[in-house]
Amino acid sequence: MDQKQSKNNEKTWRLIVLLAALTMLAAGFWRDETLFVLRRAISICLGCIGIG
Amino acid sequence: MCSGGPSAYVWGVLALADLRRQKKGRKLVQVFVTGAGNAWLPGFINGTIYQGQLKRLCLPGLNCYSCPGALGACPLGSLQSSLADPHLRISFYVLGFIFLLGGLLGRFVCGWLCPFGLFQELLHKIPVRKWKPERIPGLHRRLLWIKQAVLVVFVVLLPVFGMLVSGYGQPAFCTYICPSGTFMAGIPLMAANASYRELAGWLFAWKALILLAVIVTSLKIMRPFCRYLCPLGALYGYFNRISLYRIRVDSDSCNNCGACTRQCPMAVQVPEDGNTAECIRCGECAAVCPTGAIHCGFPRRRSSVQEDRPIA
Repeated sequence: MDQKQSKNNEKTWRLIVLLAALTMLAAGFWRDETLFVLRRAISICLGCIGIG
Repeated sequence: MCSGGPSAYVWGVLALADLRRQKKGRKLVQVFVTGAGNAWLPGFINGTIYQGQLKRLCLPGLNCYSCPGALGACPLGSLQSSLADPHLRISFYVLGFIFLLGGLLGRFVCGWLCPFGLFQELLHKIPVRKWKPERIPGLHRRLLWIKQAVLVVFVVLLPVFGMLVSGYGQPAFCTYICPSGTFMAGIPLMAANASYRELAGWLFAWKALILLAVIVTSLKIMRPFCRYLCPLGALYGYFNRISLYRIRVDSDSCNNCGACTRQCPMAVQVPEDGNTAECIRCGECAAVCPTGAIHCGFPRRRSSVQEDRPIA
């Protein structure tokens, strides 16, 4: 019984996480956050090179 | 290329991930993902980075976006940059990407899709005497907390406080720790571009020291950075218990021989708790199981294979 309940809890949490992920992705695309990621990613990260 | 690239990437992974031959399939996927994600070859020659539209998309693993060949963005670097940015503050896109991969795959990303994981595995193949920290369980358990601390302090707190105090924070993990950045971006860019070599100072020396430490420990210990330091692995690990891709143990078939636990590169007690946050879904346990009691993958419909075995 406990095992079945924990399995149901896992499914519920998985559903919540996936729905939250899709909602956040939609919000991110709506706010055009990919442009922010692009701007960061196309300028060389000086920290990564060790001179930032 | 912009629309076809990501779908070709996903289909390449799916085509190579033949789960019946998991060991060979995994190595092929790791090599494909590393090559496909860093395929802009002119960057390595000219000492520049790719600046096209594909960089709007995040790559799944710890793949520095300043690597000369990188075609996508590092999710951890993007997350820190968004937290350090006074205008954006939080990126729903990057968080949603991490949640989606976490909910579907968990730390499968670490085992199959991370270039730096592949690098450590290849180093571990060099024949020197190996050492397993899990032989000292207390030490191993304490070391596991380091990556959680790195996640909280270097990925979240320092970028946010930097932004609050000075108006603009910096990606502290990338700047002070990330050995993947030094290996994939720093060294190739410096090798190809003399102006970067002239700018290198104590910070590069510090980061090169961290990379050297990771290389040396990788010879002795399997994936030391993934086990104890990687904040992206810590993040994906939170999703391991609920992710769709998971380990299932058929308690009726298991004869408790312990072969799976001995084989596990991450020291997971597979029959007791296969879906712990440390499991990277490499499938080594399923490959060595003499009775075929372990299934690693997405759920089967109406299967006789049970969910995780209850703790004995």
